[in-house]
Amino acid sequence: MKKLLTGNEAIARGAWEAGALVCSAYPGTPSTEIIENAAKYTEMYAEWSPNEKVALEVGAGASIAGARALVAMKHVGVNVAADPLFTLAYTGVNGGLVLISADDPGMHSSQNEQDNRHFGRAAKVPVLEPSDSQESKDFTKVAFDLSENFDTPVMVRITTRVAHSQSLVNLSDRQETGLKKYEKNALKYVMIPAHARHRHIDVEARLEKLREYAETTPLNRIEWNDTKIGIITNGITYQYVKEVLKGASILKLGITFPLPRKMISEFSKRVDKLYVIEELEPFIENHIRSWGIEVHGKDVFPAIGEILPETISEKMREFSENIQLFSQQTDPPLNTPVRPPVLCPGCPHRGLFYVLNKLKVTVAGDIGCYTLGSLAPLNAIDTTICMGASIGAAIGMEKARGKDFARKLVAVIGDSTFIHSGITGLINTVYNKATTTTIILDNRTTGMTGHQDNPATGLTVKGDPIKEVDLVLLAKAVGVERVVVVDPFDLEKLENVIKNELAAEEPSVIITKRKCALIEKNKNTTPCFILEESCTGCMRCMRLGCPCIIKEGKKVRINSTQCAGCELCVSVCNSGAIGKEGLIDV
Amino acid sequence: MSDIINILIVGVGGQGTILASRVLSGVVQKIGLDVKVSEIHGMAQRGGSVVTQVRYGKEVASPIIPQGEADIILAFEKLEALRWLPYLKQNGSILINDQRIDPMPVIMGTADYPADAIAAIRSLHKNVIVIDGLKLAIESGNSKAVNVVLLGLLSKYLDIDKKIWLETLRETVPAKFLDANMKAFEAAQ
Repeated sequence: MKKLLTGNEAIARGAWEAGALVCSAYPGTPSTEIIENAAKYTEMYAEWSPNEKVALEVGAGASIAGARALVAMKHVGVNVAADPLFTLAYTGVNGGLVLISADDPGMHSSQNEQDNRHFGRAAKVPVLEPSDSQESKDFTKVAFDLSENFDTPVMVRITTRVAHSQSLVNLSDRQETGLKKYEKNALKYVMIPAHARHRHIDVEARLEKLREYAETTPLNRIEWNDTKIGIITNGITYQYVKEVLKGASILKLGITFPLPRKMISEFSKRVDKLYVIEELEPFIENHIRSWGIEVHGKDVFPAIGEILPETISEKMREFSENIQLFSQQTDPPLNTPVRPPVLCPGCPHRGLFYVLNKLKVTVAGDIGCYTLGSLAPLNAIDTTICMGASIGAAIGMEKARGKDFARKLVAVIGDSTFIHSGITGLINTVYNKATTTTIILDNRTTGMTGHQDNPATGLTVKGDPIKEVDLVLLAKAVGVERVVVVDPFDLEKLENVIKNELAAEEPSVIITKRKCALIEKNKNTTPCFILEESCTGCMRCMRLGCPCIIKEGKKVRINSTQCAGCELCVSVCNSGAIGKEGLIDV
Repeated sequence: MSDIINILIVGVGGQGTILASRVLSGVVQKIGLDVKVSEIHGMAQRGGSVVTQVRYGKEVASPIIPQGEADIILAFEKLEALRWLPYLKQNGSILINDQRIDPMPVIMGTADYPADAIAAIRSLHKNVIVIDGLKLAIESGNSKAVNVVLLGLLSKYLDIDKKIWLETLRETVPAKFLDANMKAFEAAQ
């Protein structure tokens, strides 16, 4: 039976078919749906871990205890999980351990476009790269076998186009691979130097065996055609090459670390001109070059962003006759204003950024929906680096510029991000006597990735109720004396609280607590409207950056079909010119 | 690859383009063709410009449609129709929902919403269909069924039996909205 699946759904299915028992992840686009789908299979335990490091450690423990385990994260998540990854490469596995790295060429939803094949090489673990959903499922299953046969964690690297594209997949039944025997084995799993020195020898020997495997596995294959041009490619670009360069011979690499040197060398001899078409880094290309083989790659194709079918057609036009040509790239006939993402109507973050902008404070920001507070007209964020960075960055700013600077400085961080890696920053605030104010934007969910639960929401990925983290007690427990909870829709109180806490020369935490507008069911969504005769055209409400308040001539109008009725605009209007049925007499 | 049909569905985050692509890909599967669908989730969903690419035929490799290769663009919003117009084939059809959703630069008054988008599109392409999806959806009893109205319009331009469309719709939409959705599907036919 064939089913239309995204790459992410197919990976979850692959883990299920391979008999996996434990799945863990921290949400992050484009990887999030892997665990959301894994959680639907009753035979598998699945969890949202607090961060990617914990997720991989849970996977490691499950593997050592004998279960097949799947761990998923976005590319930057692997940075967080790198510490266990590099040593798990030494310990190896018991049950198969598969790590999914979802890279994001083109940065559709990321802060950088790092190429995680480098992690595979650096940690000395094999890297598989599927090119569609069928392969996403199949390669996940192969990865479990590889992991057990070679005693190594295996990375399956996907990209956004593989993760989020749907294609038809043949489904199979689940193989009940069960639990492997667990035996205490300190030499293998206790990585003290004496043991690790031995394991490093095993790692190098394993890599040699994997190199041999790469030469013979059907994961790598040659599709012979005209030999004037030979293309070596991987992942989604294989699909583009197949369509655009129908005449060329293709070496499709399903395993990109370690590479099949003999196979590539033979291929290169039989084609007149050799190209590597790979997104981002010249990973395959540099290996080939180091073997003294003449090859074209980044001299023709960009190392930045995605490589699209148009790019391949355009760049290869002069070198190949049998090529699919596309029409000249053009622009739309009229100037089209950009449509950047915005905080939703009714978003509880909007009021906070309005106030921060008004108070002209420096804001160390973080990763989440609230990163949108950096865009016009809110323009409220000074830095966004990585998950959890806001608090550390604020401390550093204070240490560089002094306590007076900290009187106009806050860190903002979401509930999920705070749990992920903000808490250690907060401990540092207290430990190293910083006096900054940390604002935790507690919207009761992990918003940007599409509403996943986290330890502070009271629900697991399977929907089971649990005791939630008490953020107030947590902040107090690490030594913050000043902790205030405030409703971010109460702008007057919010502003006063922020002013008070900024003035205090000691660490403080403000928790702005209000459910994300998209998941709040108990709300009055009656739209607001402008009382035209009272509107003075002061444009104060425009500073909220609400997509429902539209400038019209010298005044404004409210788009009533989109308005969520949050009344933030009612609060900021000085002329009483914004009404809402049932709120004031009109 | 002339045997592949390329359909681009464009709109604004939250307009229901994803359901439309789900029904379309379901329909295509039922007639036994290969199909690939590509859509980008994440940040753009928050009111940004969204696009879903559906490609079907005997065998489809790439899930994405290059510029100038779309047989049909189904646009849920006028500015988005204009933005994605370069993807339309020379003799392709563009089906536009006559709705305007202002993006932030327009809302703030730093950019203008193109006043004559449809005229500009008509000056370049001859197969331009414009309907008031919201009005038709309201008339069929569910103001939220704009996407189904647009699917009904799209179905007119694809050589697929109407029965298959209705059957797929029945399987995809919640039972309590089925009647209104069935009416909505017929509204633009």
